[in-house]
Amino acid sequence: MAYLFEMYSLSASYGANVVLRDVNFKVNENDYIGVIGPNGGGKTTLLRVILGLVKPAEGKIVFNNELLNGNSIGYLPQMSTGDINYPVTVTDIVLSGLMIGKGIISRMSASDKKKADTVIEELGLAGMSKSTLNELSGGQIQRVFLGRAIIGNPRLLLLDEPGNFVDTTFENDFYEKLRVLNKRMAILMVSHDVGTISSHIKSFACVNRSLHYHPSNEITNEDLLAYGCPIQLVTHGDVPHTVLKYHK
Amino acid sequence: METSIFHYGFIIKGLLGAIFASITAGLAGTYVVSKRMVFLSGGITHASFGGIGIGYFLGINPVVGAAVFGILSALGVEYLSVKQRIREDSAIGILWAFGMAIGIIFIYLTPGYTPNLMSYLFGSILTVSRADIIALGIMSVILILYFGIFYRTILYISFDEIFARTYSSYVDVFKYITTSLIALTIVLNIRMAGVVLVISLLTIPPNIAMLFTRVYFKIVIWSVIAGFIGTATGYVISYYAGIPVGATIIFTLVILWVVVKSIIQLIVQISKYNNSRHFSHSTL
Repeated sequence: MAYLFEMYSLSASYGANVVLRDVNFKVNENDYIGVIGPNGGGKTTLLRVILGLVKPAEGKIVFNNELLNGNSIGYLPQMSTGDINYPVTVTDIVLSGLMIGKGIISRMSASDKKKADTVIEELGLAGMSKSTLNELSGGQIQRVFLGRAIIGNPRLLLLDEPGNFVDTTFENDFYEKLRVLNKRMAILMVSHDVGTISSHIKSFACVNRSLHYHPSNEITNEDLLAYGCPIQLVTHGDVPHTVLKYHK
Repeated sequence: METSIFHYGFIIKGLLGAIFASITAGLAGTYVVSKRMVFLSGGITHASFGGIGIGYFLGINPVVGAAVFGILSALGVEYLSVKQRIREDSAIGILWAFGMAIGIIFIYLTPGYTPNLMSYLFGSILTVSRADIIALGIMSVILILYFGIFYRTILYISFDEIFARTYSSYVDVFKYITTSLIALTIVLNIRMAGVVLVISLLTIPPNIAMLFTRVYFKIVIWSVIAGFIGTATGYVISYYAGIPVGATIIFTLVILWVVVKSIIQLIVQISKYNNSRHFSHSTL
């Protein structure tokens, strides 16, 4: 299986604050990796390094240029980045996913607009193409941003805390869409909700300054302790349930 | 007759002024309102008054002084907020008052002739020169070309800067250019509406447009139309009533906003009423 990118002893920092240390990490085609870890542990920074927004302080990241050329990384940022009251339509937001690889004087062609219509249709947003975000529900907004991330048909899809703004009604629907997308693109999903994502992903990466790769979607408390990843663990049973820490 | 020639020139000046003011204010204002930069724009306006004062003191064109002050303060706030070394709203608040203070100090220090402060604070069509109108005309062309050519790039950066950074390395360049153009637009419109009121010339028209459309470029078009109605009407009232033009423009625009909002509300109510009547009738 061909790799998409590989990190070699990579460190990243903001000023003197080292956020990622000595990370060795490889992502292959069709991977579906859940990136977990405590807040401030460096999950989002990992994505920012992949996107080229943060330059490695040490080490390097090598992309497989045959598969990942310019416009082949899709990105779904955390909800907070776009202003939902901004006067911009669903179609225009989805189209902005095609800006990668276009120059600063960018016109959208008829085929671009057709692509947008297809994605909007595919994500069940037909009839909302002329709406603005403040007219949509949380789940619909999330699908608009997902549309922006996948319109360029990327080989790698980066999702930053997609669970943050999804309402439970749309949750299963959303993960089902990701499962279908995973057939044609690798997915890297940042989340602090291990329980919800574990049944969807194929493997885990625990990020807490350092990165530990766990090549299965089942992860135990012992694993998490060994990886230095102190997070809440949610297990599965016949009835969905949450296991809480002992009361003292 | 001399008066009729004066009158004719006055109408041409007013008409061109109204057209260019509404084009520049509509384009810049839609950006300012969409990106929630109204307070920043207010800061830029008042900071540029410092430039007006220094311009008088040094004997250079006050508009040039204002332009330099406006652009520098705009870039300064943008830069500081990017570096996050200071709270943006506090920085703007300080700049706001400091600019006014500098302006007043230098105007009072200017020996001999004291300019008419009122005309700068509240606008005066009498002091609008041919050069001012030409400058506004050039600014209109620059803004139409800039927003026309880079429409999507500007729109997407302003909507979601973080996402834009993932595909473009020009995000900061565009932000600085757009903010500078807005500062210049504000400064050139000060002659029309005055320091105190110019910000409303930018913000009221897009808010009128947003009562009935949420599509960015349609907001621009309707802002220009609303702005023109406001400035032209305000201009006429100002001329006949002898009130500072800035005040009459803003007054007209607010009335226009109220009228449009009432009409839309009325239409909504009527269609609701019709729907419910239709519904109850059909269920019978």
